[in-house]
Amino acid sequence: MIMSVVDFAVAAMLALGMAMILARLFIGPTLYDRVLAVNAFGTKTVLFLVCFALMVDETAAIDIALLYALVNFIATIAILKFFRYRSLEVALSQMALRRALDREDD
Amino acid sequence: MLIQGLEIALDIVSAAMMLTGAFFVLAGALGMLRLPDFYTRMHAAGVTDTLGAELIIFGLMLQTGWTLDTGKLALLALFVFLTSPTATHATANAAYKSGLKPILSRFRPQANDGEGGAK
Repeated sequence: MIMSVVDFAVAAMLALGMAMILARLFIGPTLYDRVLAVNAFGTKTVLFLVCFALMVDETAAIDIALLYALVNFIATIAILKFFRYRSLEVALSQMALRRALDREDD
Repeated sequence: MLIQGLEIALDIVSAAMMLTGAFFVLAGALGMLRLPDFYTRMHAAGVTDTLGAELIIFGLMLQTGWTLDTGKLALLALFVFLTSPTATHATANAAYKSGLKPILSRFRPQANDGEGGAK
């Protein structure tokens, strides 16, 4: 019983931190600030979900948090790859090769 | 009697770990909001992602006891520990490769506030 109060306090502090990171996500001047803010927001979402799961004793939400952590990582890498190469089709190794060939043509 | 005392001790350790972790998360979020340029903000985010997240997850592991949820939380801690420094490194690498320069002096600010860096 007392521990769910602690869970609630930690979840509230996480929500405050998420609000601050959301502010950075909207004002952040460069693209990479925004990517970093999305990544940090995802990590905090995972922590918030886990705290919430134990607070209301609904432990199925831990599975969702596990999934969200992995999806968050893949999404960050995919966003960075897209903004670097403007495409998600080709594998990264072939992208580097193609770019090197383009540079030789110039 | 002994079991009850052990449970109270576990609760205290768990609450201390979780509140310390939440403090680190808040400090990292404040740093991300207040620090001057991208690379310093990344430093603040890194503190949050490793120390704060691990402390909160380990504090919650002490609450769940010896169940399947503890294993899931351990897996979550492992994933967060492996993936979030990798993602931060990839972000820093992409930003540096695209030509975003760090602010090297406080009194000579460089004009680097364009979207996607100067290229």
